[in-house]
Amino acid sequence: MTAAAAVADLRSGMTIGIGGWGSRRKPMTLVRAICRSDLTDLTIVSYGGPDVGLLLAAGKVRKLVYGFVSLDSIPLEPHFRAARQSGAIEVAEYDEGMLQLGLYAASCRLPFLPTRAGLGSDVLRVNPELRTVPSPYDGEELLAMPALHLDAAIVHASRADGFGNAQFLGPDPYFDDLFCTAAQRAYVSCEKVVPTPELTAAAPVQTLRIQRWMVAGVVEAPHGAHFTSCDPDYGRDEEFQREYAGAAADPAAWAAFRASYFDQDEAGYQAAVAARRYARRGAS
Amino acid sequence: MTGAATRAEVCVVACAEAWRDDGEILASPIGLIPTIGARLARATFSPDLLLTDGEAMLGQGTWAIGSQPQVIEGWMPYRAIFDLIYHGKRHVMMSPSQIDAHGNVNISAIGEFSRPKAALLGVRGAPGNTVSHPTSYWVPRHTTRAFVHRVDMVSGIGYDRAAEAGEPASRYHELRRVVSNLGVFDFATGDHRMRLVSVHPGVTVAEISAATGFELAVPDDVPPTREPAAEELQLIRSVIDPGGSRDAEVRG
Repeated sequence: MTAAAAVADLRSGMTIGIGGWGSRRKPMTLVRAICRSDLTDLTIVSYGGPDVGLLLAAGKVRKLVYGFVSLDSIPLEPHFRAARQSGAIEVAEYDEGMLQLGLYAASCRLPFLPTRAGLGSDVLRVNPELRTVPSPYDGEELLAMPALHLDAAIVHASRADGFGNAQFLGPDPYFDDLFCTAAQRAYVSCEKVVPTPELTAAAPVQTLRIQRWMVAGVVEAPHGAHFTSCDPDYGRDEEFQREYAGAAADPAAWAAFRASYFDQDEAGYQAAVAARRYARRGAS
Repeated sequence: MTGAATRAEVCVVACAEAWRDDGEILASPIGLIPTIGARLARATFSPDLLLTDGEAMLGQGTWAIGSQPQVIEGWMPYRAIFDLIYHGKRHVMMSPSQIDAHGNVNISAIGEFSRPKAALLGVRGAPGNTVSHPTSYWVPRHTTRAFVHRVDMVSGIGYDRAAEAGEPASRYHELRRVVSNLGVFDFATGDHRMRLVSVHPGVTVAEISAATGFELAVPDDVPPTREPAAEELQLIRSVIDPGGSRDAEVRG
Protein backbone atom coordinates (compact mmCIF):
# COMPACT_ATOMS: atom_id res chain seq x y z
CA MET A 1 0.00 0.00 0.00
CA THR A 2 1.03 3.64 -0.22
CA ALA A 3 1.93 5.81 2.75
CA ALA A 4 -1.16 7.91 2.05
CA ALA A 5 -3.36 4.79 2.10
CA ALA A 6 -1.90 3.73 5.44
CA VAL A 7 -2.50 7.17 6.90
CA ALA A 8 -6.06 7.16 5.49
CA ASP A 9 -6.75 4.23 7.87
CA LEU A 10 -5.92 6.45 10.85
CA ARG A 11 -8.38 8.75 12.64
CA SER A 12 -8.06 11.93 14.64
CA GLY A 13 -7.81 11.27 18.38
CA MET A 14 -6.13 7.89 17.95
CA THR A 15 -3.25 6.62 20.07
CA ILE A 16 -0.37 5.85 17.72
CA GLY A 17 2.90 4.13 18.63
CA ILE A 18 6.03 4.87 16.62
CA GLY A 19 8.92 2.40 16.41
CA GLY A 20 12.65 3.13 16.31
CA TRP A 21 14.66 4.84 19.02
CA GLY A 22 15.69 8.51 19.25
CA SER A 23 17.00 9.42 15.82
CA ARG A 24 17.37 5.80 14.69
CA ARG A 25 15.25 3.91 12.16
CA LYS A 26 12.14 6.03 12.53
CA PRO A 27 9.27 5.53 10.04
CA MET A 28 9.77 9.07 8.75
CA THR A 29 7.95 8.62 5.43
CA LEU A 30 4.83 7.64 7.38
CA VAL A 31 5.41 10.46 9.88
CA ARG A 32 5.68 12.96 7.04
CA ALA A 33 2.45 11.55 5.59
CA ILE A 34 0.70 12.10 8.93
CA CYS A 35 2.06 15.64 9.02
CA ARG A 36 0.51 16.30 5.58
CA SER A 37 -2.84 14.74 6.58
CA ASP A 38 -5.77 16.42 8.32
CA LEU A 39 -5.39 14.19 11.40
CA THR A 40 -5.40 16.01 14.75
CA ASP A 41 -5.43 15.36 18.51
CA LEU A 42 -3.18 12.31 18.32
CA THR A 43 -1.69 10.61 21.34
CA ILE A 44 1.83 9.61 20.35
CA VAL A 45 3.77 6.85 22.14
CA SER A 46 7.47 6.84 21.26
CA TYR A 47 11.08 6.46 22.26
CA GLY A 48 11.12 9.90 20.76
CA GLY A 49 13.27 11.57 18.17
CA PRO A 50 12.51 13.79 15.18
CA ASP A 51 9.29 11.79 14.61
CA VAL A 52 7.93 13.49 17.71
CA GLY A 53 9.50 16.81 16.71
CA LEU A 54 7.89 16.89 13.27
CA LEU A 55 4.47 15.85 14.57
CA LEU A 56 4.64 18.54 17.26
CA ALA A 57 5.72 21.16 14.72
CA ALA A 58 2.76 20.18 12.52
CA GLY A 59 0.34 20.56 15.44
CA LYS A 60 -0.78 16.93 15.34
CA VAL A 61 -0.20 15.99 18.97
CA ARG A 62 -2.58 16.30 21.90
CA LYS A 63 -0.68 14.02 24.24
CA LEU A 64 2.81 12.58 24.24
CA VAL A 65 3.79 9.35 26.03
CA TYR A 66 7.58 8.89 26.16
CA GLY A 67 10.69 8.05 28.15
CA PHE A 68 12.84 10.62 26.34
CA VAL A 69 12.90 12.72 23.21
CA SER A 70 16.36 13.18 21.70
CA LEU A 71 18.17 13.46 18.38
CA ASP A 72 21.04 11.32 19.78
CA SER A 73 23.98 13.21 18.26
CA ILE A 74 22.12 16.40 19.25
CA PRO A 75 20.85 15.65 22.76
CA LEU A 76 17.79 17.93 22.90
CA GLU A 77 14.92 18.03 20.36
CA PRO A 78 14.01 21.70 19.74
CA HIS A 79 10.33 21.19 18.81
CA PHE A 80 9.85 18.99 21.86
CA ARG A 81 11.47 21.61 24.07
CA ALA A 82 9.26 24.36 22.63
CA ALA A 83 6.09 22.30 23.08
CA ARG A 84 6.97 21.39 26.67
CA GLN A 85 8.05 24.90 27.61
CA SER A 86 4.88 26.46 26.23
CA GLY A 87 2.74 23.86 27.99
CA ALA A 88 1.09 23.13 24.63
CA ILE A 89 0.71 19.39 25.09
CA GLU A 90 -0.30 16.89 27.72
CA VAL A 91 2.46 14.45 28.60
CA ALA A 92 3.06 11.12 30.29
CA GLU A 93 6.78 10.86 30.93
CA TYR A 94 7.86 7.37 32.01
CA ASP A 95 11.05 5.47 32.62
CA GLU A 96 12.16 3.81 29.35
CA GLY A 97 11.65 0.36 30.84
CA MET A 98 8.15 1.31 32.04
CA LEU A 99 7.27 2.19 28.45
CA GLN A 100 8.44 -1.24 27.31
CA LEU A 101 6.41 -2.97 30.03
CA GLY A 102 3.32 -0.93 29.12
CA LEU A 103 3.62 -2.07 25.51
CA TYR A 104 4.31 -5.64 26.60
CA ALA A 105 1.27 -5.64 28.92
CA ALA A 106 -0.94 -4.43 26.06
CA SER A 107 0.61 -7.03 23.79
CA CYS A 108 -0.09 -9.79 26.35
CA ARG A 109 -3.63 -8.48 26.96
CA LEU A 110 -2.80 -7.85 30.62
CA PRO A 111 -3.96 -4.76 32.54
CA PHE A 112 -0.50 -4.07 33.94
CA LEU A 113 2.92 -5.52 34.63
CA PRO A 114 4.82 -5.05 37.91
CA THR A 115 8.17 -3.33 38.10
CA ARG A 116 10.51 -1.51 40.46
CA ALA A 117 11.29 1.12 37.81
CA GLY A 118 9.73 4.42 38.80
CA LEU A 119 9.41 3.72 42.54
CA GLY A 120 10.59 6.66 44.64
CA SER A 121 10.90 8.95 41.62
CA ASP A 122 8.84 11.95 40.53
CA VAL A 123 7.45 9.84 37.69
CA LEU A 124 4.80 8.88 40.24
CA ARG A 125 4.22 12.53 41.22
CA VAL A 126 3.69 13.75 37.65
CA ASN A 127 1.63 10.69 36.62
CA PRO A 128 -0.77 10.52 39.60
CA GLU A 129 -2.87 7.81 37.94
CA LEU A 130 -0.07 5.29 38.48
CA ARG A 131 -0.71 2.73 41.23
CA THR A 132 1.35 0.25 43.17
CA VAL A 133 0.38 -3.37 43.79
CA PRO A 134 1.50 -5.77 46.55
CA SER A 135 3.10 -9.03 45.49
CA PRO A 136 0.75 -11.84 46.56
CA TYR A 137 3.82 -13.94 47.37
CA ASP A 138 5.92 -11.73 49.62
CA GLY A 139 3.96 -8.50 49.96
CA GLU A 140 6.56 -6.38 48.16
CA GLU A 141 4.81 -3.23 46.89
CA LEU A 142 5.65 -2.77 43.22
CA LEU A 143 4.66 -0.27 40.57
CA ALA A 144 1.82 -1.53 38.35
CA MET A 145 2.70 -0.23 34.90
CA PRO A 146 -0.60 0.03 33.01
CA ALA A 147 -0.95 -1.46 29.54
CA LEU A 148 -0.29 1.04 26.77
CA HIS A 149 -2.94 0.09 24.22
CA LEU A 150 -2.30 1.50 20.78
CA ASP A 151 -4.90 2.06 18.09
CA ALA A 152 -2.16 1.89 15.51
CA ALA A 153 1.61 1.47 15.25
CA ILE A 154 4.01 2.58 12.56
CA VAL A 155 7.53 1.14 12.23
CA HIS A 156 10.24 1.13 9.58
CA ALA A 157 12.08 -2.06 8.60
CA SER A 158 14.99 -2.78 6.28
CA ARG A 159 13.12 -5.31 4.12
CA ALA A 160 9.67 -6.86 4.04
CA ASP A 161 7.67 -9.10 1.80
CA GLY A 162 4.23 -8.13 0.59
CA PHE A 163 2.56 -10.14 3.36
CA GLY A 164 4.03 -8.18 6.26
CA ASN A 165 6.99 -10.34 7.21
CA ALA A 166 9.57 -7.71 8.03
CA GLN A 167 13.32 -7.84 8.54
CA PHE A 168 15.84 -5.76 10.44
CA LEU A 169 19.35 -5.73 9.03
CA GLY A 170 20.67 -3.15 11.47
CA PRO A 171 22.20 -3.67 14.91
CA ASP A 172 19.06 -3.29 17.03
CA PRO A 173 15.41 -4.19 16.43
CA TYR A 174 14.53 -1.69 19.19
CA PHE A 175 10.96 -2.38 20.37
CA ASP A 176 9.27 -2.38 16.97
CA ASP A 177 7.64 -5.80 17.31
CA LEU A 178 6.18 -4.77 20.68
CA PHE A 179 4.75 -1.60 19.16
CA CYS A 180 3.12 -3.78 16.49
CA THR A 181 1.65 -6.30 18.92
CA ALA A 182 0.44 -3.59 21.33
CA ALA A 183 -1.55 -2.06 18.46
CA GLN A 184 -4.89 -2.86 16.87
CA ARG A 185 -3.33 -2.26 13.47
CA ALA A 186 0.35 -1.96 12.56
CA TYR A 187 1.84 -0.48 9.41
CA VAL A 188 5.38 -1.37 8.36
CA SER A 189 7.28 0.79 5.95
CA CYS A 190 10.49 -0.67 4.55
CA GLU A 191 13.40 0.22 2.34
CA LYS A 192 12.47 -2.46 -0.15
CA VAL A 193 9.67 -4.99 -0.65
CA VAL A 194 11.18 -8.30 -1.78
CA PRO A 195 9.86 -11.77 -2.59
CA THR A 196 9.68 -13.86 0.60
CA PRO A 197 12.58 -16.23 -0.32
CA GLU A 198 14.95 -13.26 -0.58
CA LEU A 199 14.48 -12.45 3.11
CA THR A 200 16.23 -15.58 4.37
CA ALA A 201 18.57 -15.75 1.37
CA ALA A 202 20.09 -12.42 2.44
CA ALA A 203 20.28 -12.75 6.23
CA PRO A 204 19.62 -15.21 9.07
CA VAL A 205 16.00 -15.97 9.92
CA GLN A 206 16.52 -14.30 13.33
CA THR A 207 16.38 -10.93 11.56
CA LEU A 208 12.69 -11.56 10.80
CA ARG A 209 11.37 -9.97 13.96
CA ILE A 210 7.99 -8.95 12.60
CA GLN A 211 5.57 -11.53 11.23
CA ARG A 212 2.60 -11.01 8.99
CA TRP A 213 0.05 -11.72 11.74
CA MET A 214 1.22 -8.52 13.45
CA VAL A 215 0.86 -6.33 10.38
CA ALA A 216 -2.07 -4.65 8.63
CA GLY A 217 -0.14 -3.02 5.81
CA VAL A 218 3.27 -2.77 4.15
CA VAL A 219 4.53 0.41 2.52
CA GLU A 220 7.62 0.42 0.32
CA ALA A 221 9.50 3.57 1.29
CA PRO A 222 13.11 3.85 0.07
CA HIS A 223 15.02 6.26 2.33
CA GLY A 224 11.90 6.02 4.45
CA ALA A 225 13.79 6.63 7.69
CA HIS A 226 15.59 9.73 6.44
CA PHE A 227 17.03 11.71 8.18
CA THR A 228 17.31 9.13 10.95
CA SER A 229 19.62 6.13 10.56
CA CYS A 230 18.68 2.90 8.83
CA ASP A 231 21.82 0.82 9.07
CA PRO A 232 23.22 -0.85 7.04
CA ASP A 233 21.47 0.88 4.12
CA TYR A 234 22.39 4.36 5.37
CA GLY A 235 23.48 6.17 8.48
CA ARG A 236 21.89 9.21 10.02
CA ASP A 237 22.07 12.29 7.79
CA GLU A 238 23.92 14.33 10.40
CA GLU A 239 24.23 17.41 8.22
CA PHE A 240 20.54 17.46 7.50
CA GLN A 241 19.75 16.85 11.17
CA ARG A 242 21.97 19.75 12.21
CA GLU A 243 20.15 21.98 9.74
CA TYR A 244 16.80 20.68 11.02
CA ALA A 245 17.72 21.37 14.65
CA GLY A 246 19.11 24.81 13.83
CA ALA A 247 16.00 25.77 11.89
CA ALA A 248 13.65 24.35 14.52
CA ALA A 249 15.07 26.69 17.13
CA ASP A 250 13.83 29.76 15.22
CA PRO A 251 10.30 30.29 13.78
CA ALA A 252 11.39 32.17 10.63
CA ALA A 253 14.15 29.69 9.87
CA TRP A 254 11.73 26.83 10.47
CA ALA A 255 9.18 28.27 8.01
CA ALA A 256 11.86 28.43 5.32
CA PHE A 257 13.17 24.93 6.12
CA ARG A 258 9.66 23.50 6.13
CA ALA A 259 8.92 25.13 2.77
CA SER A 260 12.12 23.71 1.28
CA TYR A 261 11.52 20.13 2.38
CA PHE A 262 8.25 19.32 4.06
CA ASP A 263 5.57 21.36 2.25
CA GLN A 264 5.42 18.88 -0.62
CA ASP A 265 4.78 15.20 -1.25
CA GLU A 266 7.25 12.45 -0.33
CA ALA A 267 8.78 12.32 -3.83
CA GLY A 268 9.33 16.07 -3.60
CA TYR A 269 10.93 15.69 -0.18
CA GLN A 270 13.28 12.95 -1.35
CA ALA A 271 14.16 14.95 -4.49
CA ALA A 272 14.92 18.05 -2.41
CA VAL A 273 17.12 15.98 -0.08
CA ALA A 274 18.95 14.44 -3.06
CA ALA A 275 19.42 17.85 -4.68
CA ARG A 276 20.75 19.24 -1.43
CA ARG A 277 23.23 16.37 -1.13
CA TYR A 278 24.34 16.87 -4.73
CA ALA A 279 24.80 20.62 -4.23
CA ARG A 280 26.86 20.04 -1.06
CA ARG A 281 29.04 17.51 -2.79
CA GLY A 282 29.63 19.95 -5.62
CA ALA A 283 30.55 22.66 -3.15
CA SER A 284 33.12 20.63 -1.26
CA MET B 1 53.30 12.41 25.00
CA THR B 2 54.78 13.46 28.31
CA GLY B 3 53.76 16.23 30.65
CA ALA B 4 51.59 16.52 33.73
CA ALA B 5 48.06 15.22 33.60
CA THR B 6 45.39 17.69 32.53
CA ARG B 7 42.24 18.18 34.56
CA ALA B 8 40.34 16.14 31.97
CA GLU B 9 42.77 13.25 32.46
CA VAL B 10 42.39 13.41 36.24
CA CYS B 11 38.61 13.28 35.71
CA VAL B 12 38.92 10.29 33.36
CA VAL B 13 40.86 8.35 36.01
CA ALA B 14 38.43 9.41 38.75
CA CYS B 15 35.56 8.09 36.60
CA ALA B 16 37.47 4.88 35.85
CA GLU B 17 37.87 4.32 39.61
CA ALA B 18 34.07 4.07 39.90
CA TRP B 19 34.28 0.65 38.23
CA ARG B 20 37.19 -0.71 40.31
CA ASP B 21 36.43 -4.14 41.80
CA ASP B 22 33.13 -4.37 39.89
CA GLY B 23 34.03 -7.73 38.35
CA GLU B 24 32.10 -9.17 35.41
CA ILE B 25 29.33 -6.62 34.96
CA LEU B 26 28.28 -4.23 32.21
CA ALA B 27 29.89 -0.80 32.64
CA SER B 28 27.54 1.76 31.06
CA PRO B 29 29.25 5.13 30.75
CA ILE B 30 27.05 7.94 29.39
CA GLY B 31 29.08 10.75 27.84
CA LEU B 32 32.66 11.22 26.77
CA ILE B 33 34.75 11.39 29.97
CA PRO B 34 32.97 8.40 31.58
CA THR B 35 33.37 6.45 28.32
CA ILE B 36 37.13 7.05 28.26
CA GLY B 37 37.17 6.17 31.97
CA ALA B 38 35.32 2.87 31.54
CA ARG B 39 37.61 1.77 28.70
CA LEU B 40 40.62 2.74 30.81
CA ALA B 41 39.28 0.78 33.80
CA ARG B 42 38.94 -2.34 31.67
CA ALA B 43 42.33 -1.89 30.05
CA THR B 44 43.94 -1.73 33.50
CA PHE B 45 42.45 -2.68 36.87
CA SER B 46 38.97 -4.03 35.96
CA PRO B 47 39.66 -6.43 33.06
CA ASP B 48 36.41 -8.40 33.45
CA LEU B 49 34.05 -5.49 32.69
CA LEU B 50 31.72 -5.73 29.69
CA LEU B 51 31.49 -2.70 27.39
CA THR B 52 29.24 -1.86 24.46
CA ASP B 53 30.12 0.09 21.34
CA GLY B 54 27.44 2.62 22.32
CA GLU B 55 25.03 0.89 19.96
CA ALA B 56 24.17 -2.80 20.27
CA MET B 57 27.45 -4.73 20.32
CA LEU B 58 29.63 -5.89 23.20
CA GLY B 59 33.23 -5.34 22.20
CA GLN B 60 36.47 -6.88 23.41
CA GLY B 61 39.77 -5.08 23.71
CA THR B 62 40.42 -1.36 23.91
CA TRP B 63 39.30 0.92 21.13
CA ALA B 64 39.48 4.63 20.48
CA ILE B 65 36.74 7.23 20.77
CA GLY B 66 35.05 7.43 17.38
CA SER B 67 36.15 3.97 16.27
CA GLN B 68 34.67 0.50 16.56
CA PRO B 69 35.84 -2.50 18.60
CA GLN B 70 37.90 -5.05 16.66
CA VAL B 71 36.25 -8.07 18.26
CA ILE B 72 32.53 -8.38 18.96
CA GLU B 73 31.79 -10.69 21.88
CA GLY B 74 28.06 -10.31 22.17
CA TRP B 75 24.80 -8.72 21.09
CA MET B 76 23.28 -6.18 23.44
CA PRO B 77 20.27 -4.46 21.85
CA TYR B 78 18.22 -2.16 24.09
CA ARG B 79 15.88 -4.96 25.06
CA ALA B 80 18.81 -6.99 26.40
CA ILE B 81 20.05 -3.91 28.26
CA PHE B 82 16.68 -3.57 29.99
CA ASP B 83 16.78 -7.24 30.98
CA LEU B 84 20.30 -6.74 32.32
CA ILE B 85 19.25 -3.65 34.30
CA TYR B 86 16.60 -5.64 36.12
CA HIS B 87 19.02 -8.50 36.67
CA GLY B 88 21.40 -6.04 38.29
CA LYS B 89 24.80 -6.87 36.74
CA ARG B 90 25.38 -3.31 35.56
CA HIS B 91 26.93 -0.10 36.86
CA VAL B 92 25.89 3.04 35.01
CA MET B 93 27.48 6.47 35.14
CA MET B 94 25.00 9.13 34.06
CA SER B 95 25.41 12.87 33.67
CA PRO B 96 22.69 14.78 35.53
CA SER B 97 21.71 18.43 35.08
CA GLN B 98 20.92 18.70 38.80
CA ILE B 99 21.98 16.62 41.81
CA ASP B 100 21.20 17.15 45.50
CA ALA B 101 22.83 16.18 48.79
CA HIS B 102 21.03 12.82 48.92
CA GLY B 103 21.91 11.94 45.33
CA ASN B 104 18.56 12.63 43.72
CA VAL B 105 19.19 13.69 40.13
CA ASN B 106 17.25 15.46 37.39
CA ILE B 107 17.68 14.91 33.65
CA SER B 108 14.06 15.69 32.76
CA ALA B 109 13.04 19.32 33.17
CA ILE B 110 14.16 22.50 34.94
CA GLY B 111 11.37 24.36 36.71
CA GLU B 112 7.79 23.19 37.13
CA PHE B 113 7.27 19.92 35.25
CA SER B 114 3.93 20.88 33.67
CA ARG B 115 5.51 23.88 32.00
CA PRO B 116 9.26 23.75 32.46
CA LYS B 117 11.64 26.66 32.02
CA ALA B 118 13.91 24.22 30.22
CA ALA B 119 12.78 20.85 28.92
CA LEU B 120 15.66 18.38 28.94
CA LEU B 121 15.79 14.75 27.77
CA GLY B 122 13.11 13.12 29.88
CA VAL B 123 13.77 10.72 32.78
CA ARG B 124 15.15 8.11 30.35
CA GLY B 125 16.26 5.00 32.27
CA ALA B 126 17.23 6.86 35.45
CA PRO B 127 14.29 5.72 37.63
CA GLY B 128 14.81 2.05 36.76
CA ASN B 129 18.61 2.22 36.86
CA THR B 130 18.75 3.66 40.36
CA VAL B 131 16.43 1.05 41.92
CA SER B 132 18.10 -1.85 40.09
CA HIS B 133 21.90 -1.61 40.24
CA PRO B 134 24.83 0.61 41.23
CA THR B 135 24.81 4.11 39.80
CA SER B 136 27.46 6.83 39.65
CA TYR B 137 27.38 10.34 38.24
CA TRP B 138 29.62 12.61 36.20
CA VAL B 139 29.10 16.39 36.29
CA PRO B 140 31.40 18.22 33.86
CA ARG B 141 30.63 21.68 35.27
CA HIS B 142 30.42 21.84 39.05
CA THR B 143 28.28 24.89 39.90
CA THR B 144 25.47 25.81 42.30
CA ARG B 145 23.11 25.33 39.33
CA ALA B 146 24.11 21.66 39.12
CA PHE B 147 24.69 20.86 42.82
CA VAL B 148 21.37 22.10 44.14
CA HIS B 149 19.44 22.09 47.40
CA ARG B 150 16.50 20.39 45.71
CA VAL B 151 16.20 18.94 42.20
CA ASP B 152 13.15 19.96 40.17
CA MET B 153 12.18 16.52 38.85
CA VAL B 154 13.54 13.45 40.63
CA SER B 155 14.58 11.17 37.76
CA GLY B 156 17.21 8.99 39.45
CA ILE B 157 16.42 8.53 43.11
CA GLY B 158 18.68 9.44 46.03
CA TYR B 159 19.05 7.78 49.41
CA ASP B 160 16.24 9.74 51.10
CA ARG B 161 13.72 8.86 48.39
CA ALA B 162 14.82 5.23 48.35
CA ALA B 163 14.34 5.02 52.13
CA GLU B 164 10.92 6.72 51.96
CA ALA B 165 9.76 4.42 49.18
CA GLY B 166 10.77 1.40 51.24
CA GLU B 167 12.28 -2.00 50.60
CA PRO B 168 11.21 -2.48 46.95
CA ALA B 169 13.00 0.75 45.97
CA SER B 170 15.95 0.59 48.37
CA ARG B 171 16.80 -3.11 48.06
CA TYR B 172 19.13 -2.74 45.07
CA HIS B 173 19.69 1.03 45.33
CA GLU B 174 23.33 2.06 45.60
CA LEU B 175 24.98 5.32 44.61
CA ARG B 176 28.71 4.74 44.32
CA ARG B 177 30.38 8.02 43.52
CA VAL B 178 30.00 11.42 41.96
CA VAL B 179 32.84 12.85 39.91
CA SER B 180 32.84 16.51 38.88
CA ASN B 181 35.43 18.69 37.20
CA LEU B 182 36.43 19.80 40.72
CA GLY B 183 36.41 16.69 42.90
CA VAL B 184 35.17 13.25 43.86
CA PHE B 185 32.24 12.59 46.21
CA ASP B 186 30.41 9.67 47.77
CA PHE B 187 27.53 9.12 50.21
CA ALA B 188 29.44 7.25 52.92
CA THR B 189 28.08 9.19 55.89
CA GLY B 190 25.68 7.85 58.51
CA ASP B 191 22.71 9.52 56.82
CA HIS B 192 23.96 9.04 53.23
CA ARG B 193 24.61 12.70 52.51
CA MET B 194 27.09 13.70 49.85
CA ARG B 195 30.63 13.73 51.19
CA LEU B 196 33.77 15.17 49.68
CA VAL B 197 36.21 12.32 49.01
CA SER B 198 39.03 14.12 47.21
CA VAL B 199 39.79 17.41 45.48
CA HIS B 200 41.36 17.44 42.04
CA PRO B 201 44.92 18.80 41.98
CA GLY B 202 44.80 22.61 41.91
CA VAL B 203 41.30 22.83 43.43
CA THR B 204 40.56 23.92 47.01
CA VAL B 205 37.88 22.70 49.39
CA ALA B 206 36.62 26.29 49.63
CA GLU B 207 36.16 26.45 45.86
CA ILE B 208 34.10 23.27 45.91
CA SER B 209 31.96 24.42 48.82
CA ALA B 210 31.29 27.72 47.06
CA ALA B 211 30.21 25.89 43.90
CA THR B 212 27.85 23.58 45.80
CA GLY B 213 24.29 24.66 46.62
CA PHE B 214 24.01 22.54 49.77
CA GLU B 215 26.19 21.70 52.74
CA LEU B 216 28.70 19.02 51.82
CA ALA B 217 30.08 16.66 54.40
CA VAL B 218 33.76 17.61 54.48
CA PRO B 219 36.18 15.43 56.48
CA ASP B 220 39.00 17.16 58.37
CA ASP B 221 41.59 15.85 55.99
CA VAL B 222 40.65 15.75 52.31
CA PRO B 223 43.27 14.16 50.05
CA PRO B 224 43.91 15.18 46.47
CA THR B 225 42.40 13.02 43.72
CA ARG B 226 45.06 10.61 42.59
CA GLU B 227 47.09 11.55 39.55
CA PRO B 228 46.95 9.24 36.54
CA ALA B 229 49.76 6.70 36.43
CA ALA B 230 52.17 6.79 33.48
CA GLU B 231 50.56 3.70 31.94
CA GLU B 232 47.12 5.30 32.29
CA LEU B 233 48.24 8.51 30.63
CA GLN B 234 49.75 6.53 27.80
CA LEU B 235 46.49 4.62 27.28
CA ILE B 236 44.36 7.77 27.41
CA ARG B 237 46.61 9.79 25.12
CA SER B 238 47.63 7.25 22.51
CA VAL B 239 45.02 4.51 22.56
CA ILE B 240 41.61 5.63 23.84
CA ASP B 241 41.44 9.34 23.03
CA PRO B 242 44.28 10.16 20.63
CA GLY B 243 42.14 12.97 19.16
CA GLY B 244 42.12 14.77 22.51
CA SER B 245 38.35 15.24 22.62
CA ARG B 246 38.48 15.00 26.44
CA ASP B 247 40.03 18.45 26.68
CA ALA B 248 37.01 20.03 24.99
CA GLU B 249 34.74 18.71 27.75
CA VAL B 250 36.95 19.68 30.68
CA ARG B 251 39.47 22.47 30.33
CA GLY B 252 42.55 23.26 32.39
